[in-house]
Amino acid sequence: MATTDVTQGRNRPARPTIDVIGWLRENLFSSWLNVIITLALLFVIFQLVSSLAGWLLTAQGWPAVVANLKLLMTWTYPAAQLWRPQLALFLVALLLGLSAGVWRGIALGLAMGLGIIFTTLAIPAFFLTPVAAQVSLPAWLMLLAAAALVAGGYFAGVAAGQRLRWPLIIAWLLLYPVVILIIHGFGGVLPVVKTNLWGGLMLTLLLSVSGIVLSFPLGIMLALGRRSDLPVVKWFCIAYIELIRGVPLVTVLYMGSLLLPLFLPGGENIDQFVRAMVAVTLFSAAYLAENVRGGLQAIPKGQAEAARALGLNTLQSTLLITLPQALRAVIPVLVGQFIGLFKDTSLVVIVGLADLLGAAQTVVGQPEWLGTPGGVWRETFLFIAVIYWVFSFTMSRTSRRVEQQLNVGKH
Amino acid sequence: MSEHSTSNDDIIVCEAVNKWYGEFHALRDVSLRVKKGEVIVVFGPSGSGKSTFIRTINRLEEHQEGKIVVDGIEMTNDIRNIDAIRRETGMVFQQFNLFPHLTVLDNITLAPIWVRKKTKKESEARGMELLERVGIQEQAKKFPGQLSGGQQQRVAIARALAMDPRIMLFDEPTSALDPEMIKEVLDVMKNLARSGMTMLCVTHEMAFAREVADRMIFMDRGQIVEEGTPAQIFSNPRQERTKLFLSQIL
Repeated sequence: MATTDVTQGRNRPARPTIDVIGWLRENLFSSWLNVIITLALLFVIFQLVSSLAGWLLTAQGWPAVVANLKLLMTWTYPAAQLWRPQLALFLVALLLGLSAGVWRGIALGLAMGLGIIFTTLAIPAFFLTPVAAQVSLPAWLMLLAAAALVAGGYFAGVAAGQRLRWPLIIAWLLLYPVVILIIHGFGGVLPVVKTNLWGGLMLTLLLSVSGIVLSFPLGIMLALGRRSDLPVVKWFCIAYIELIRGVPLVTVLYMGSLLLPLFLPGGENIDQFVRAMVAVTLFSAAYLAENVRGGLQAIPKGQAEAARALGLNTLQSTLLITLPQALRAVIPVLVGQFIGLFKDTSLVVIVGLADLLGAAQTVVGQPEWLGTPGGVWRETFLFIAVIYWVFSFTMSRTSRRVEQQLNVGKH
Repeated sequence: MSEHSTSNDDIIVCEAVNKWYGEFHALRDVSLRVKKGEVIVVFGPSGSGKSTFIRTINRLEEHQEGKIVVDGIEMTNDIRNIDAIRRETGMVFQQFNLFPHLTVLDNITLAPIWVRKKTKKESEARGMELLERVGIQEQAKKFPGQLSGGQQQRVAIARALAMDPRIMLFDEPTSALDPEMIKEVLDVMKNLARSGMTMLCVTHEMAFAREVADRMIFMDRGQIVEEGTPAQIFSNPRQERTKLFLSQIL
């Protein structure tokens, strides 16, 4: 071994070590043309950064954002009942913390990110307390409590260890319905809050999560159905997928909100939120089906043959062999689609729901800010853009980590 | 069903099996009887139907005419018969076809757990035993992609054996292997042959055939052209086609 190392060392081209100045000279100032391009770009960057910083410091629209935080987060949800969305947030924080303790890995990364965001946000929230005075629990206290729940959950999870695995999985599965029950109220125990009062970030998240969670199994079934040998199943799936993919989401939302009540007896009694949720789910499922089918197509025929030769039936072969491999192969595409879905929920504005974007539009149009020079739209939209970005970026980062973890031992 | 298998010791019976791919006549009146414990090598030029033939025995390919009876169970369109036959036959593929998302041990225990409904513990113990038998027990926790081709094929053999099959089908098990890995796979197959397993191997490893085969079958254009013991086939082939083919590969 030692001799091969020596020969390798001798044959390897010398790789010069470069210091900072050397790097600059080589990459940015190697010729007159490069010098000019570098300087020109530096000037442009400086202009952009300084004007952005100048605007951020002098912008006068921030009070509009601050005064409307509650509107942007939960829309017209009754102030006296705000402890319910807060409780939902606590549940999520606690579950995430516990999962981080039990599984570490990706859950830990997410929990740490969330904990840091909560704690950081608590600082400005503390100084803006007057705004939240109407709320049962001040925002800064809520954020700190959520961060504490993440941390507490983590340590509890570590202490409990693997025993908590199954209870936690069940808890995650039950989380969404429980959250909906808490926010909506039920059976005289909690007063019902009609969904027309829901909105803001809360609505965006509820719609996206339901869209993602419900369209996932539906999309998989459609993908499998499209590959089925049964003609009826196959043609139904093809027709469904191609029909939905042939129309824009706006159309599907209109269908749900305007046509459904006309065609379905009693359809007008179906809640607007449920209609939007169903529309988003049905829409997303068609795209998801095609993505999953792409993954299934990429699995070599030999895999299914080996499964059959071992005596596994079609269902087992699909669930244990082809589907896991197919899903693994399309994680980046699926997450891309989920990010798209998350942002597409803003289209529900057109059927009269006020999601995060809808709430922001309302804020911009409020008469009290008419006197603000330049209006308040820049600040408001920048604020919600940051929120959208944080969530989308988190999803894409998480998907990359999931990929890395699943890629263990693959070629 | 069972009295059929006990009444004679033919574990595989094929009578006048025919198969077409569209217009192409892939198998022509293929008839073969295999006794329990017999090792049979099937060889022939590519496209001669030898792979298709052994794939009809566990219904990876459907035959259109003729009769196939495996371990007393007739191959019909009844999925229960097909499943029953597949439980009794192990298959090893040219491309290994290991499941890349499962560890070596999980590859082996999958079918015993889901098809034979054995416990995980029991299956893993048996799996480790089989890995030891094919000489790679230390790789149990690795993924197939981390193993060499020869190791992967040995895992594939162990995976098939984990179902305790009465028949093993080999479809060109060494064709995708680098030369230095062929031996390790053939050694495993030889040991298996000596242990009394009924084996049907499509292979061009003539040294292997000479050493362990009880009978050799030469196929060409979808037909069995000649069959005989290795000694007879190698020293005294009756058919011109066989002579010509052997002269090309030996």
